[in-house]
Amino acid sequence: MAAINRDDVAHLARLAHIEMSAEELDRMAGELAVIVESVKSVSEAAGDDVPATSHPIPLTNVFREDVVGHTFTSEQSLSGAPDAYEGRFKVPAILDED
Amino acid sequence: MTENNVLIRLSAAALARKLAAGEVTSVEVTQAYLDRIAAVDGGPRGVHAFLHVNTEEALAVAAEVDAIRAAGGAPAAELHELAGVPIAVKDLIVTIGQPTTAGSKILEGWHSPYDATVVKRLRDAKMPILGKTNLDEFAMGSSTEHSAYGPTRNPWDLDRIPGGSGGGSAAAVAAFEAPLALGTDTGGSIRQPGAVTGTVGVKPTYGSVSRYGAIAMASSLDQIGPVSRTVLDSALLHQVIGGHDPHDSTSLPDPLEDLVAAARLGNVDGMKIGIIKELHGEGYQAGVENRFNESLELLKQAGAEIVEVSCPNFKYALGAYYLIMPSEASSNLAKFDGVRYGLRVLPKDAPLTIERVMGATRAAGFGDEVKRRIILGTYALSAGYYDAYYGSAQKVRTLIQRDFEAAFAQADVLISPTAPTTAFKLGEKLNDPLAMYLNDVATIPANMAGVPGLSLPGGLADEDGLPVGIQLLAPARQDARLYRVGAVLESLLEAQWGGPLLDKAPELATSVVEPAETLETQEAK
Repeated sequence: MAAINRDDVAHLARLAHIEMSAEELDRMAGELAVIVESVKSVSEAAGDDVPATSHPIPLTNVFREDVVGHTFTSEQSLSGAPDAYEGRFKVPAILDED
Repeated sequence: MTENNVLIRLSAAALARKLAAGEVTSVEVTQAYLDRIAAVDGGPRGVHAFLHVNTEEALAVAAEVDAIRAAGGAPAAELHELAGVPIAVKDLIVTIGQPTTAGSKILEGWHSPYDATVVKRLRDAKMPILGKTNLDEFAMGSSTEHSAYGPTRNPWDLDRIPGGSGGGSAAAVAAFEAPLALGTDTGGSIRQPGAVTGTVGVKPTYGSVSRYGAIAMASSLDQIGPVSRTVLDSALLHQVIGGHDPHDSTSLPDPLEDLVAAARLGNVDGMKIGIIKELHGEGYQAGVENRFNESLELLKQAGAEIVEVSCPNFKYALGAYYLIMPSEASSNLAKFDGVRYGLRVLPKDAPLTIERVMGATRAAGFGDEVKRRIILGTYALSAGYYDAYYGSAQKVRTLIQRDFEAAFAQADVLISPTAPTTAFKLGEKLNDPLAMYLNDVATIPANMAGVPGLSLPGGLADEDGLPVGIQLLAPARQDARLYRVGAVLESLLEAQWGGPLLDKAPELATSVVEPAETLETQEAK
């Protein structure tokens, strides 16, 4: 498995929408490299014949009756938002200017 | 000891009996706990188990229970057994009327418009909620030092960690600030704090207690469960919160077993108890190992057969966990985007786009450990790495389940130390994430396989006099076995100690109830 470097961390931080300072990128790259190294053995543990488990207790999908249940009012839904306008979430520009 | 000091040291079961018999009122009990919180929780050397104290509402619920009891008749007879017994709730679980922060700046001041199902069940049982307890941010940590609101201190030694992520709930119960608390356990966050604070904590079978309203970290691992001072008390609380919930799509449809009866039965005669070869010995503190061996001896004397089982794939559990958990967390935490909840931070310069607002908000709102796990999870899920990391980790999960299946073919219950060491010093492992992660080595396998686990106090380590935890594990849906064995071991150990382990904990300096014993006078001595 590939090691993780500073450029990787910068790229991942952009994907995860977390701004990081140069100092933070340096530190995080060092820490993550140690962690990634320590989990390397995982990829060698199981052969191709072992199925993956995504959920610990087997469950099958069930359907409920298609009836309207409890819903939040828009006041409730917006009550924790940093900004709202006329019953909607208010956000900065979604598209870049250019 | 003052009368209140006697009251707050009673178990929840004993309080429930006294309340039902009319020997004490819920207002008296609740006020005694609120006084205790005021006395030991605040200040620079306070326990700091609570992020929010819910005084008014708790007393109102207590008064309501007292009024119903006083009026008598059917409503009084129909009260839940734990009605009027107060409880603390980990601040990862949402509550109407109190803030929920998840220990993060990104949710500072946020109020949920709904109650978690477990909270609704506490309200239905009329249990006064004392407040919300401290935790590592978004439950990410093993020491509660990653809380954005400062660490919780271990009541046994205020310079040591109370475990994590549920250090607040465990410390509150250990410091007699609450008789009961709710926790959440993703990799040991109920059991490991229980171990290092000398309290009891249970991670139920995955899906057997609703997770609706628990802010998700890793959805395939997270589980809400009880925190208490006795095994029976955990069973009583588990019975309140457990059972199917249509609001949680992973909730098991099974009816709840009678866990309280199992705790009261307490019989291990003829049971097979398996020592997990891989979960003790090398890497475990000598004092932990000694207490563990003592517990085995007691169980043997009580009629259990001790066998050794091997779970060879457990050596991969920690690594696989640190791929699955961050992967799921990175996805779950994407919702904190500065739009729908809590914090919004604007970048210092133009352009003011939503992408840049998200980046600035998450940079300012998340702490280091949360950022580390989000980046690690994003990495493990990236194209090109997904199969090698997340995919492999999911296969390891299958291997761990197979190990458990083989072990449970040989034993009814498995046993191990809960944590490899006793409580370490605050700050000791803060700058070494990997060393911190190793604390969870014995608790993680249960989350990976969805099986239930219980930690109970096993005594004090010889080298440092700090609590050691004993972990019991049972097959999925067999939580009752944990209570059955746990109750036996607890009573044998307490007979040996001459009372509960917490009786050996040092008295905490109090700042209100006994003003003569303030921190300053303590230090002057």
